[in-house]
Amino acid sequence: MSASNGTKKNMNLKLLVWRQSGGKDKGKMTTYQANDISPDMSFLEMLDVVNENIIRDGGEPIAFEHDCREGICGSCGVMINGVAHGPDEGTAACQLHMRSFNDGDEIVIEPWRARAFPVIRDLVVDRSALDRIIAAGGYISVNTGNAPDGNAIPIPKEMSNDAMDSAACIGCGACIAQCKNASAALFTSAKIAHLALLPQGDPERGERVIRMVAQMDAEKFGSCSNEGECEAVCPKEIQMTNISLMNREYERAILANKK
Amino acid sequence: MSETITREAPAEIGTNGNGHHNGSAPPRVLDSKIPSGPVADKWEKHKFDMKLVNPANKRKFTIIVVGTGLAGASAAATLAELGYNVQAFTYHDSPRRAHSIAAQGGINAAKNYQNDGDSIYRLFYDTVKGGDFRAREANVYRLAQTSVNIIDQCVAQGVPFAREYGGYLDNRSFGGAQVSRTFYARGQTGQQLLLGAYQALMRQVQRGAVNLFTRREMLDTVIVDGVARGITVRNLVTGEIESHAADAVLLCTGGYSNVYYLSTNAKACNVTAPWRAYKKGAFFANPCYTQIHPTCIPVSGDYQSKLTLMSESLRNDGRVWVPKAVGDKRSPETIPEDERDYFLERRYPSYGNLAPRDISSRAAKQVCDEGRGAGETGLSVYLDFADSIKRLGLETVQARYGNLFHMYHHITAEDPYKQPMRIYPAVHYTMGGLWVDYNLMTTVPGLFALGECNFSDHGANRLGASALMQGLADGYFVIPYTIGNYLAGGAMPKVSTSQDEFKLSAHETQAHINKMLSVKGKRTVAEIHRDLGHLMWDYVGMARNREGLTSVLPKIQGLREEFWNDVRVPGEANNLNQNLELAGRVADFLEFGELLAVDALHREESCGGHFREEYQTEEGEAQRDDENFSYVAAWEYNGEQAPNLHKEPLEFEEVHLAQRSYK
Ligand SMILES: Cc1cc2nc3c(=O)[nH]c(=O)nc-3n(C[C@H](O)[C@H](O)[C@H](O)COP(=O)(O)OP(=O)(O)OC[C@H]3O[C@@H](n4cnc5c(N)ncnc54)[C@H](O)[C@@H]3O)c2cc1C
Ligand code: FES
Repeated sequence: MSASNGTKKNMNLKLLVWRQSGGKDKGKMTTYQANDISPDMSFLEMLDVVNENIIRDGGEPIAFEHDCREGICGSCGVMINGVAHGPDEGTAACQLHMRSFNDGDEIVIEPWRARAFPVIRDLVVDRSALDRIIAAGGYISVNTGNAPDGNAIPIPKEMSNDAMDSAACIGCGACIAQCKNASAALFTSAKIAHLALLPQGDPERGERVIRMVAQMDAEKFGSCSNEGECEAVCPKEIQMTNISLMNREYERAILANKK
Repeated sequence: MSETITREAPAEIGTNGNGHHNGSAPPRVLDSKIPSGPVADKWEKHKFDMKLVNPANKRKFTIIVVGTGLAGASAAATLAELGYNVQAFTYHDSPRRAHSIAAQGGINAAKNYQNDGDSIYRLFYDTVKGGDFRAREANVYRLAQTSVNIIDQCVAQGVPFAREYGGYLDNRSFGGAQVSRTFYARGQTGQQLLLGAYQALMRQVQRGAVNLFTRREMLDTVIVDGVARGITVRNLVTGEIESHAADAVLLCTGGYSNVYYLSTNAKACNVTAPWRAYKKGAFFANPCYTQIHPTCIPVSGDYQSKLTLMSESLRNDGRVWVPKAVGDKRSPETIPEDERDYFLERRYPSYGNLAPRDISSRAAKQVCDEGRGAGETGLSVYLDFADSIKRLGLETVQARYGNLFHMYHHITAEDPYKQPMRIYPAVHYTMGGLWVDYNLMTTVPGLFALGECNFSDHGANRLGASALMQGLADGYFVIPYTIGNYLAGGAMPKVSTSQDEFKLSAHETQAHINKMLSVKGKRTVAEIHRDLGHLMWDYVGMARNREGLTSVLPKIQGLREEFWNDVRVPGEANNLNQNLELAGRVADFLEFGELLAVDALHREESCGGHFREEYQTEEGEAQRDDENFSYVAAWEYNGEQAPNLHKEPLEFEEVHLAQRSYK
């Protein structure tokens, strides 16, 4: 994050925002002025201020998704000057503060752009493809009531930590939006890694990876060419090593299937 | 004792299918359906006594689950596993985004893995006491019993709980507990538990056992012959009003903290689903029991859209203090030790900085009211880690709280490794909710409420790490049994969404929406919501009194009138219109806020999160009145007239009523 000096003054900014009334509309960039913006505001609070003004002027506010506003629900996400979630590393748009910008800046705000993420309105896109990837196999098949005691299978601390690193994905879709191929490899591999690393996930390991990868392809996500843009914009700093793990898991599963 | 549901008796409900109050209905006696026998045996016995639905028949029953947070996702997945036909609804684009995702600190369970004296009984006892003796013993005992199964289930799902070096599950002690019984996954416990439940849910979606409806907002409960038989929802993308029929409806729609505008809840959290159910005959219990969390990042400006919680686990190693002198504005590092007031340690020597939430919050408010608050606004207290860093080393503190410190630094631009954090209480959780019996059924047959949406287990104050436990207990382990008992009660007449009751509900829902759009006034929805929040915080917040509560009622009514005369809701009804969604929620908050204040006014005692200034001990602690107020207040909608109050007496057989002391 940028080092803030609590004394930074309020700013005037020019916003170029993607407006699109619905899936069928072609959409266009529209300019707005955001004046008297406090550096302590979050990026979304800045958009709130702009929207309140639009409403008062008789217009329709800019639609954007958000809910928790603390970087965990994965609802928010827009391209800010061409970067998913904006300039701060490891930060979702809702946690980005205006102190990362300067008076007079021009900020371009666009929706995630990917074939698998059709625009619903303005900055809101349809990310249900991600849910379908999880539905394809991103779980451990254990019905309620089946479980042995929680301590029955010790799990080395490190293993559990690694699983947690992968499980921290918030499903926002930034990785896909930033990737020039619109690949969902980071998202998919994070779930595969989370479950493959744990003993509980072992029985379905092979089938899981095959099904999730197949679904990823069916959703028309592009393929991964190791560009690394995904990792760079991930608000939870999910690592590309997950993708290599997924590839290994996939090869292993295919080999096992052949046997 | 087996509970037969008298769903053939619609006259008892007090409403007819149109939601108009049936004035001639006899007064309802609230039957909590608590099984007989010793508290430790009630649930086992009840499970045995309840009727079962034949496995082959389960798929013939359709169950609507509204909400996919911990309570809803766990219920939907489990019911589908059992073979029921489930329809799950959420206003989010994905079930994984429910507000449960934001829970940080952890989940309690009476595993006693630490061998430190925990037990089911102790968790039960702590929860009843922590709730200031305003919860139902039987429910709380069941909650403590099921807590152990929850952990097992979540581990099996792959929830990466924190572990010790030997590979066994780690625990921490958490707000208000003297044993270590809190399981956690870094600072993201809610996220990991929800992902576990979400994944179980998606598995059932894939199987075709759950039909998932995302971006749908439930706006009404449909009642046919006195029984809940469906819901009316708005498709948030197309604006279409849809009707869905079922054999039972489960509301798992979370809490109503956002009636205060600023809270730690996600922005979309609202009271609409339970409120509209209330208007159809479901009683609303204890709305005035709201929890103010002591460790939130203070408000920084008018634009503020929500408050961020700093996990309570910080109080394990952080020390809370303010300057001893009024108006001492020196920077904290320069204030010498003997000029600091570690007010929690001073007032509550045995619990110190870990005193329960309601007590810690009020103590912070008191020192700020005295003019000793920290920061520019004077509305914050210090949470200081300097001693812990000295004692434990920077690395340990970093390992324990690194992500929280990072978050704080990020939001405030202040570095908590170098200067104490500043915190202030904020509205966080609501113990009140729809009244439910032991089976989690509301006063409307066939309508159930789970998770934060019901009132059942936390009394007047919830202990830290107990909401996640309750949501999952309700969804994984309680409703799968109790719903069977309800559905096995007898053949259900067929319903179809072309019936008048569904059409009327859809029509009224659309009319309500059109009315909001047609006002075309000058005030934005957010402005009115913010105004409501100020009223609620100032008069019905951390400390309440008769005068304030009496005076706020006409103010809320006035604001409601202002909404209907002067609100400006832009756009149309037939597409994605986020401001319209918000308007509907705020319109309901404007009605609900009044009930909350009415409940607070009527409860002439202080208990848990409900602090009436007139009722306090000499030391300034909450003064309960067990003789007159040891009951659940369940409010019945009464049209334009004042709501009817029904009382469910609370009986304590196990726990000895005492003034809560944490000294
Ligand atoms: C910041 C924070 C931290 C917390 N930390 C902890 C903790 O450490 N430990 C703990 O035990 N508790 C914690 N809590 C409390 C706990 O997270 C919640 O009480 C709990 O998660 C609520 O779960 P739920 O399933 O009842 O509701 P929610 O998770 O709120 O889910 C509600 C669901 O209902 C849906 N919904 C609501 N209304 C409608 C409608 N009209 N139509 C369609 N869908 C609807 C929503 O889309 C959502 O899916 C915390 C709370 C907050 C705010
Ligand atoms: S709003 Fe939840 S992650 Fe940004």
